Amino acid sequence: MSRATVAIVGAAETTKLGKVPELSQTGLHADAALNAMADCGLTPADIDGVATGGHDVAEIIQYLGITPTWYDGTSVGGCSFITLVRHAAAAIQQGLCTTVLITHGESGRSNNRSHRPIFPSMQQQEFEAIYGPLVPPSRFTLPVMRKMKDDGLTEEQLAMVAVVQREWAGFHPRATMRDPITVDDVLNSKMIAYPFRLMMCCLVSDGGGALILTSADRAKDFPTKPVYLRGNGGESAEGPMISQMESFSSSKAFRVSGKAAFESAGISHSDVDHLMIYDAFAHLPIYGLEDLGFVGRGEGGAFIAEGNTRPGGKLPLNTNGGGLSYMHSGMYGMYALQESVRQMRGISPAQVEGAKLSVCHGVGGMFSAAATVVMTTEEQW
Amino acid sequence: MSERQVPTIYPETRFYWDGAKAGKLLLQSCPACDKAYFPPRPFCPACGSRDVEVIEASGKGTLYSYIINQLPAPGYEPPFTVAVVMLEEGVKMVSNILDCPPDPEALILDMPLEVTFEQRGEIAVPQFKPAGGAQ
Repeated sequence: MSRATVAIVGAAETTKLGKVPELSQTGLHADAALNAMADCGLTPADIDGVATGGHDVAEIIQYLGITPTWYDGTSVGGCSFITLVRHAAAAIQQGLCTTVLITHGESGRSNNRSHRPIFPSMQQQEFEAIYGPLVPPSRFTLPVMRKMKDDGLTEEQLAMVAVVQREWAGFHPRATMRDPITVDDVLNSKMIAYPFRLMMCCLVSDGGGALILTSADRAKDFPTKPVYLRGNGGESAEGPMISQMESFSSSKAFRVSGKAAFESAGISHSDVDHLMIYDAFAHLPIYGLEDLGFVGRGEGGAFIAEGNTRPGGKLPLNTNGGGLSYMHSGMYGMYALQESVRQMRGISPAQVEGAKLSVCHGVGGMFSAAATVVMTTEEQW
Repeated sequence: MSERQVPTIYPETRFYWDGAKAGKLLLQSCPACDKAYFPPRPFCPACGSRDVEVIEASGKGTLYSYIINQLPAPGYEPPFTVAVVMLEEGVKMVSNILDCPPDPEALILDMPLEVTFEQRGEIAVPQFKPAGGAQ
């Protein structure tokens, strides 16, 4: 019998998502943080650990009036917040702090910010960017034609990712895009970077989210239903030059991170009731399903197209609608975590009946980094 | 239209750009691993050895993957092709595909390509085009 050591006791998104021109990026962090503290009855005086990505963690500490004994500013892109969950858990386990606040805020749409969230890569700029792939839609998509040839992935299967996720978004009042779409709608939407159309690309939004973690022993003292971490999660990185990926059909960072998370949690794929895979673009859930081992190589596209991940399917995936339909501030990982927490609390508008275990897997940069955590309703297993 | 970006060149990569200016595509190779690598760095990313040498690539490669970019980039007129080329030496690098329309009908994966050089001011940028003037 194993026992959880760390739990998520506070979780909230910003008061508004989508277009929030009235707040700066720092303000989005603070709005999310204050909402998460209110969620579990804490104030800044109760927080002794702070973590964020894509923004100076010290600024967040000062803005919120916190005096920490531990902080972490890991910034590897959108999965940073998933990474920070496991870093925070390790810090709590080591006694470096007792109560960690992880914040995300990003003025991705209104651009009320002083900087971009990811460090520029010197080699990416020198050897890739000069050829014109300057933004995520023209970088993140580069491996996909190779995968289509090698693994039989089709444009229709890519389109189905967006269609299925829109079905999930329909349950969520806070999702930006909720109207049902068809494969034809996706394939006929504006061409962005062949073979990627607009509806295969994520939204560009303002928003934020925050989590509060503490020891599992203390978790029962909070008004919220504890969401326990099972195992230590996983993380890895392959690097910011997407052209240098070892394989264009599979992410090494995904495989390493996922394997570590599953092994540490002591779970098999059939134990997973709910799954989040960060979807900045339509191919990512396909790579994720394959690289986490839910399906074999080359089977991810068909698995989604056949309806296995849609409402009522055997593996509910991206039940908030994902970055394609819910929102995508730029570093979406926090919103994947929030939906996993809602599912484990039993309060998601797209609640998976009886779900006890959720896997949340994210990408950072453009296949640059990855992180995976496993959440559960159960304190012991 | 603004000018295409030129690379910021660092001490460790100077040889590569000097080579391009002389019409050569230079890579590095680790004798111990018997393996070429890219992008440049003064040690082997497989074994960490600093005992590496500069080699001239054959300039032959194949089309490994690509997108047809509709988004703006300085000096480029969309649509244009952003490709990943697999060099004969077994390393991948990004390139545009010159002398070839940005059209899936013309961009056939694994088709043979050859290096050419595009002048951007003082800098020569390695580029690829269909081998033997095909297409």
